[in-house]
Amino acid sequence: MASINLLIAVCLTYVAFLFLVAFAAERAAARGRGNWLRSPLVYTLSLSIYCTAWTFYGAVGYAARSGMEFITIYLGPSLVMIGWWWFLRKLVRVGRTQRVTSVADLISSRYGKSNVLAIVVTIMAVIGVTPYIALQLQSVTLSLSIFSDPTGTTDGGINLVSAGFWVALGLALFTVLFGTRNLNVNERHNGIVIAIAVEAVVKLVALLAVGIFVVWGVAGGISEMMVRIDNSDIGQWQVDGSRWTALTVLSGAAFLCLPRMFQVLVVENDDERHLHIASWAFPIYLMMMSLFVVPIAVVGLDLLPENSNPDLFVLTVPLSQGQGGLAILSFLGGFSSATSMVIVATLALSTMVSNHVVMPIWLSFQGQGATVSGDVRNVVIFARRVSILVIIALGYLYYRVSGGSGALAAIGLISFIGVAQFLPAMIGGIFWRGATRVGALTGLLVGFAIWIYTSLLPSFGADVVLSSTLLEQGPFGIEWLRPQALFGIKGIDPTVHAVLWSLLLNTSGFIFGSLVSFPKPLERLQGAQFVNVFANSGHAYGWSGSAAQSEDLMVMAQRILGGAEAQKLFRREAQIQGHDRYLPEPTPDFLQRVEREMSASVGAATAHAMISQLVGGASVSVQDLMAVADESAQMLEYSNQLEAKSSELLDAARQLRDVNAKLTQISVQKDAFLSQISHELRTPMTSIRSFSEILRDGHELKASEQTKYASIIHVEAIRLTRLLDDLLDLSVLENGQVSLNTETGSLADVIGHAVTTTQAGAIKQIKIDVSGLDTSIELDTDLDRLAQVFINLISNAQKYCKSSEPKLLIKATKTDNEVCIFLTDNGLPIPVETHALIFEKFSRINDQDGSGAGLGLTICREIMIRLGGEIDYVPASTGNRFVLRLPA
Amino acid sequence: MQRLPAAPVFLERRSYRQRRMMDAIRLLPLVGLLLWLLPTLWATSDGAGVEPVRMSQAIVYVFGVWICLILCAGSLWHYLKDSSENAVDAELGVKAEPK
Repeated sequence: MASINLLIAVCLTYVAFLFLVAFAAERAAARGRGNWLRSPLVYTLSLSIYCTAWTFYGAVGYAARSGMEFITIYLGPSLVMIGWWWFLRKLVRVGRTQRVTSVADLISSRYGKSNVLAIVVTIMAVIGVTPYIALQLQSVTLSLSIFSDPTGTTDGGINLVSAGFWVALGLALFTVLFGTRNLNVNERHNGIVIAIAVEAVVKLVALLAVGIFVVWGVAGGISEMMVRIDNSDIGQWQVDGSRWTALTVLSGAAFLCLPRMFQVLVVENDDERHLHIASWAFPIYLMMMSLFVVPIAVVGLDLLPENSNPDLFVLTVPLSQGQGGLAILSFLGGFSSATSMVIVATLALSTMVSNHVVMPIWLSFQGQGATVSGDVRNVVIFARRVSILVIIALGYLYYRVSGGSGALAAIGLISFIGVAQFLPAMIGGIFWRGATRVGALTGLLVGFAIWIYTSLLPSFGADVVLSSTLLEQGPFGIEWLRPQALFGIKGIDPTVHAVLWSLLLNTSGFIFGSLVSFPKPLERLQGAQFVNVFANSGHAYGWSGSAAQSEDLMVMAQRILGGAEAQKLFRREAQIQGHDRYLPEPTPDFLQRVEREMSASVGAATAHAMISQLVGGASVSVQDLMAVADESAQMLEYSNQLEAKSSELLDAARQLRDVNAKLTQISVQKDAFLSQISHELRTPMTSIRSFSEILRDGHELKASEQTKYASIIHVEAIRLTRLLDDLLDLSVLENGQVSLNTETGSLADVIGHAVTTTQAGAIKQIKIDVSGLDTSIELDTDLDRLAQVFINLISNAQKYCKSSEPKLLIKATKTDNEVCIFLTDNGLPIPVETHALIFEKFSRINDQDGSGAGLGLTICREIMIRLGGEIDYVPASTGNRFVLRLPA
Repeated sequence: MQRLPAAPVFLERRSYRQRRMMDAIRLLPLVGLLLWLLPTLWATSDGAGVEPVRMSQAIVYVFGVWICLILCAGSLWHYLKDSSENAVDAELGVKAEPK
């Protein structure tokens, strides 16, 4: 039989071993060899502080009392972990980007860095966790007592109250030594995390060892064990459905809200990928922890006397079988569970207390705020140490007042309901931008009040805090206010009752408060950052840095971060800002970085308050809000610009396509033009060559023949020259190189000149009627070029008008801004299908003899365009009509 | 309203498969909750005339569901571990957190 002294020696050795492990881990981390300290395995194991002495001892007791119901406490967290995608993923990201140090910091930071909220949450957390710490004290003292009296029926040879005191003191010292060695929470407690991981392994191994001993050593195998389970008192399904559901939900909620869980899940998280792995690895741990609970409970019920405490079966079963070594291992497992929980929980709580309660009060007492002299670090560390002592003292007090007699699971559940009150404010804060500080405060206070009234106070038992009359008949005899039957709904299980009403009214208060209140600017900004954490990891608001002096900032940062750390930060910033001066400029970015660094040590609200004292005034001004609004406006504008650009691009693409088509067409035209022009040149050249060959070789030609052939050559040469002249003319016109010789003259004169020129020497005379011509029309244009157009048109009519009495009617009208000239003949109308080709090069519509080059009308059109007018062909009823328009 | 760059409507086969696996991850806790709430419908020892569910069956059921969930979560993690970060971020249209 192990004596108490031996146990104490074992405990001390174990603690010393943990210290060594923690110390070695911190040394390794300091030397930069600590990568393995931050592996997914260590992260997963550190989550196991969820499994406290409640799990280790209480679960078996719970199972012995209520069968399978105990397992709901592990189902909830398993579901939360497996469903990491829904909530934990965002929570961890928010925690990392905002450098959150605790639950209180998260909630306060989300709702505009409100210190009131932080204090409320801190107080609630301290009160909520107190029963839990009491539970650990109770379990350790009980387990100590069992070694002096293995049946567990009496208090044994030791005084439970004084033993509790010594255990509490030991745990407090342990935590102070462990937890407050360094200040910056975001430096992360490598040593503690490793120690917790080791303890996680110890408790798992211990529980599995007892379980294996029970199943294979006592019962004799799995199937025998199953038979034994079915034949035991708890062999039948006896779970209350409402409790099963409520406890599953509650444990899931508490898993997220417990300050110590938040510490290891979010604050100590080093890499988000670790969370992905823990999402399936941690449920394995939970499952293994609960695997042997029912067998141990069943065997305990079988082997041990009727009145032994089922909470201690893990110890008493091995002891009753004479397995002293196994019992000591099991005791160590329980001790590990209790110590790891107390360390992390008090550490998390002391951070909250010092950051959100002590520091603000201390700063306001200092009067001048952040600019006082002295090292704030010492104050913070001192505050944390005192907080640890106070929190553990509260736990001890609860243990004393509640008599240390309650079932472990019942105490644990009370604690769970208390911390679960943070859930609406947390979830709402992360997913709902409309959640406000007022709403959060309302919900928290309502939920917490109901928790105290329906769960915490009744837990002390009748007539300790609440009188039994009040419990049974309600305050002042008001039935529907009875603590365990609110609103007159009786018959609900007290735990389910407390969970239901506290969370329901909490959520309602939260939503209602948020709906009717209006958030402050900082709240709205923080809300946007939290809810959209995946969209913008940046920071929406900025300090206006003009008022802050770098020297003041340096002094303050040194006092909170420590000299070396602060100097490093400032030097790095100076380098980033690109000057080698020792102090960087207090830019908004830099102020924000300093605030973040400081918030890791003293919490967001305090850091914010300190910086704002230096900078002077609120950090969020209308300008900042405008900047934020601007940002979205800019995005909007940007997207509009993009849209405009894309339509511009579409336009451009279409134009390019058009141009390309035109180019292709032009290229085709050019080819056609070249081939036509070669053809046109070739025809006269061929006859010139043939006839000149005849002249050269035909020595016996008659003189008349020689003359005839020479004149053919002459005519062809003239035709060639004319063609080349026309081409040259056209090319000059088309290239726009023509120089216009503008003069003023009468239209009638120009037409008269053209008629005279065409009629002279013409074989076929056409009757030209210019009687309808208004002789008063004066033109200010290049008259020679215009005459060229008329000559062309008249000679065309002369050549191609096939009427028996060819006639050409020339008329002109003048309006305000243009002169219209109509030339109408009475020849055969041009076929409709060739209308489009009239003005094209080399198009000879009616030219059967082939004497024309087909360039005349093209030249006319080009001239008209140069003169600023146009020429059109209009089919007339009895012939063809050309319409010329010129600017007046 | 501010318009975000439109995500592609259809995805190539690989990203499509990843998206569905992510859906599965989201669905898994709901499936687990449903399966674990089923025991509330079981007959208890108070039930009149109905044989209550035996404890060994209950243990097998609860732990069976547990193992299945862990296996599913583990294999989904394994499937997505290489690509999840990028795909997740791409899905949400966000830039990755600066390291």
